Formats: sequence, C-alpha cells, structure tokens
Amino acid sequence: MVSTKEIVVPTTSVTTLGKRDPLGDQRMTISLGPQHPSTHGVLRVEVELDGEVVVAARPDIGYLHTGMEKTMENQKWQQVVTITCRMDYLNSMGNDLGYVLAVEKLLGVEATPRTQVLRVLLTELNRLSSHLVWWGTHVMDIGAMSPFFYSFDQREKILDLFECVSGARFHQSYFRIGGLMADIPNTFLPLLKEFMAGFLDFLQMGKRLVTGNKIFQTRTKGIGVISGEDALNWGLSGPSLRASGVPWDIRKTEPYTGYEKYDFEVPIERDGDVWARYLVRMREMEESYKIIQQAIDRLPSGPIQSDHPKLKLPERDLMKEHIDVMIHHFLIAAEGFTVPIGEVYFPIESARGELGYYIVSDGKEKPWRVRVKAPSFLNLQVLPKLAEGMLLADLIGIIGSIDIVLGDIDR
Amino acid sequence: MTEELKQAAESNQLAVRGPNQTSHYVDAQALSAQFADFIEEVVEARGEVTVVIKREGLVPIMAFLRDEASLKFNFLSDVAGVDLGEFAEPRFAVAYHLYSLPHNHRLRIKVFLIEDDAWVPTVSEIWKSANWMEREIYDMYGVDFTDHPDLRRILMPADYEGHPLRKDFPTKGY
Repeated sequence: MVSTKEIVVPTTSVTTLGKRDPLGDQRMTISLGPQHPSTHGVLRVEVELDGEVVVAARPDIGYLHTGMEKTMENQKWQQVVTITCRMDYLNSMGNDLGYVLAVEKLLGVEATPRTQVLRVLLTELNRLSSHLVWWGTHVMDIGAMSPFFYSFDQREKILDLFECVSGARFHQSYFRIGGLMADIPNTFLPLLKEFMAGFLDFLQMGKRLVTGNKIFQTRTKGIGVISGEDALNWGLSGPSLRASGVPWDIRKTEPYTGYEKYDFEVPIERDGDVWARYLVRMREMEESYKIIQQAIDRLPSGPIQSDHPKLKLPERDLMKEHIDVMIHHFLIAAEGFTVPIGEVYFPIESARGELGYYIVSDGKEKPWRVRVKAPSFLNLQVLPKLAEGMLLADLIGIIGSIDIVLGDIDR
Repeated sequence: MTEELKQAAESNQLAVRGPNQTSHYVDAQALSAQFADFIEEVVEARGEVTVVIKREGLVPIMAFLRDEASLKFNFLSDVAGVDLGEFAEPRFAVAYHLYSLPHNHRLRIKVFLIEDDAWVPTVSEIWKSANWMEREIYDMYGVDFTDHPDLRRILMPADYEGHPLRKDFPTKGY
C-alpha cells in the first residue's frame, strides 16, 4: 500500500515552481523590450527570472525622452499646446486641458459656458478612446486577438470625431488658452450621436467577449496585487488606485471645467489586482458615456472665446478703422501675450491618473518652467513591487493593467 | 455624489468636498508654530499656499505633515525642480506638492538651493513615490539627494554629461 507521503501531486502553482528551482541556484536575466509589443511603447524591463518566476523586474525608461519640458520653455504660451498633446498621446485632449486650465488660472480667466461643456465632452471622448486602446491591447497581451479589432473599430470613430472638430486625429491641440481653436462644425453633433448610438452595444459585446470569459478571469484574478495604503505611498493614481479601494477622483474632489454639474459615479474595486483594475476601467467607460450624453443635452450656445483682451483677437472691422486695434492684433499674433508672474499647480484627472501641471511664469511671453507630473511615470514605478513572485506571462498582464503610455513617462 | 463613494469615503475617512469650496489649499499655521526655526516664508497666492523652508528641516517637517492628524498629507503629488537662471542666487528650487486624501487639501513645500551646494535630503523614506521623481531632478538639474537609495540618471543615458533642464544647457547643439 502506498502511503500518502509518497504521492506527488504535480502542480504548476507559483509557489511550488519557486521551490522546485529547476535551474538550481542559477538565475536568468532577460531583457523584455524595448522593442516588444506588450510594453506599450519603448519600455525595457530587465527581468530576473528563477525558472519562470519573476524575482525582480527593473524598468528602464528614457528611450522616448525628447526634452519636451525644455522645449516648452522656449515656446510661447499658446504654442505649448501643440507639445502637451504629444506627451500622453492617447489622452491628448486631457493633456491639453490640464495645461490650458493651469495657464488660465495664472491669467485669472474662466472659459465661457459653451467652451466648458465642449471641453468636458471632448475630454471624456478622449478618455473613452484611451480606455479602448487599453482594453484592446491589454486583452491581446493576455491572448485574445479579436477584441483588439472591435475596440480599434470604435476608437476609429472617435478619432473621426476629433478630425471633424480640429482637423487632426491624434494631436488635436483643439483647446486653446481662453477658449477653443474654433467652434464645432455642424456635422459634429450628428456624427457624435451616431457613435453614441452604437457604443453601448459595443460595451455589451465586450463584456460578453472578455469580462465573462473564464480564461481571462483566471489569468487576471489575484495577479499583481497592491493594497490601497501601499498604492498611495507609491504614488499610484487614477483607475489603478481606485482598483485598490481608494475613492479618489479629482473630477469629484477638486472639480474643474464644471465637472461638479455632471452626474456620474466613480467606480471602485477593492481587490487591487489586474482583474480589479480591468473592472474599474470597464465601468469608467460607462460613466464617461453618461457624461458625454449629459454634455450633448446641455450644450449651450454662445461664444467660445473668453473676452480677456490678451487672448481675444480684435474684430476685423475694428482693425480696418483703428490703427491701435491693428497694432494690438499684430502684437498678439506675432509676439504672443504675457502671463503675470507667479506659479500654479493644477491637477486634473487624466485617463491614467493625476496629471499635474506646475507652471512658473516670470511675466514674459514664454513660460519659465512647465513641469508635468505624469501619472504613468509613478504608475510604472510600482511595477517591481507588483511583479515580484509572479510568472513571466503575468508580468505582461500587469504592465497592461497599469495602462502606461511611454510618451507620458519619458516626455 | 454617489452612495458608493460616500460610503467608501466614510469607511476610509476620506473627505469629499463640494464644488463651491474652490480653495483646496491648507492653512499652514499649525506648521509654522511647530517648526518656526526652519520656516523662512509662507506665501499665499491664487489660493495656493507655499511654505519655503530650510533644507535641514525638510525630513522632520515632511514626516510631521504626513502623520499629523489635522494635516495627513498621505500622497506626494509631485516633486519639481526649477532653475531660477544661470546668474540667480540661490539658483535652484525644489518644490514638493503634497495632497491629503482624508482632508482633500494641498500644500507646496519649497526649498531653495545655491549652485555650489545643491543638495537636499531625500524624502523617499516618507513617500516611496519620491524615489523616481528625485532621480529625475538629479538627472535634469544635477541636484544631489542625500541618502537616496538609488540615485542614478533615469531618463538620460548613464554616461551622459550635463543636465538638460538647466537654463545654460543649449537647445540647439554645440
């Protein structure tokens, strides 16, 4: 008779793999990236492996560093908008919004009601498109190919909407200090309503395809866990923080651009694993949809440009009659406007977390310093902690779940 | 405000402010009384409070700000470096942006540094998130963070010379 001690049950759980130690004391160090589709950009992670278990993961960043903060110091206030949207290129409207609001705070200007609603509308559309890219790529990293095409199909429609308002699909630079580039064209709202009519069906399909999928759930539950307290200490923000049970959304706690007037919820999960982060973002898409719907319903008519004399170009007819008006127009267009001396820190809730602009002005036509607190930068910092003790295949899922954009990290 | 958020806010003791309270910056009086020796200036502008301190007091002040019940700055939003100009004295400033989730308020702590003696103690023991942000300032400005666990360049290559965000660093190549 065989005693129970001799029966060896083969198992592939993480802990036993670690104990079995197939390579003896030897550890293997591999370089994940920088050219790897699952690193979502140009990220290199130096992974130390014991068999298939991650002992240590060290992110190596800077491949996309282009000195944008330095470039901003050498551009005029209005020109900087073209750079901000190139940082976090998946959430470009949000990045523009943060900068524009920070400068408006320095100037003491408030946007007109129509502009505020349009800004909320487009920022939330951009949040949707950013989450769609996350959804498609994250699920593809874990092994499901087809959701990617469905999500990019929807995202394509959003990019068409951006093209409709600004002429550019990716780097719109549509928000300007004191207003917008131009008012929305007549074709925009019908096109937007067409998109809105089909989006909820897409979300339902997404849930059927992935959320209810047993394989996907098994691959994500209990992976890359972080507690709320740790997440705060490590500086996590946005959906990644809310998945650890911390209810912090800057749209609620420090409302800007009139977010306090919209009725939406802040999704919270408590487990702090990849699955929880997935659920939070999926529900955030529904909330963004609700905000967009409300913005369409309440879009007021009226001017889009605030009346501040530094920001508004004079009327054409006046320019033909008065030389001083002509000079004023020339100075704004050729030399730009000045911003009072001072410093502000303006945080907004981007698709990835707290995006902060710390702007120092010395009263000239160019900003003295624009510091961008990028949410992805801090969200990536926690990766070694999340990945420790996980399987290499899970590391890919973890990178996807913190939703980093390397343009945002390296700037 | 949703029921869920309210409940979560209560259980985690998080304060969520209404839209009318626009100023989210804290009154720095409690701090001034405790650390009068280290505080050089308290500035309030545009609803934001900046406390300029001496670097010797940085670590105790930050620990106090995190742990004091009426302040509870449990989130380090940002650490930013500023070069005040090639000929400015002091030349550098390091600005810490703190946020408190329980009280929903913010505070800016600022330290000025002269060029020949540009160091500041690390706060990465207090908030782990400071680690990379301090490395970035070291990389971009050459400000030294003493007792930092891993002070290396982060964005520029390891063998790079110079600090790109200094005002005397050229933008157009040599």
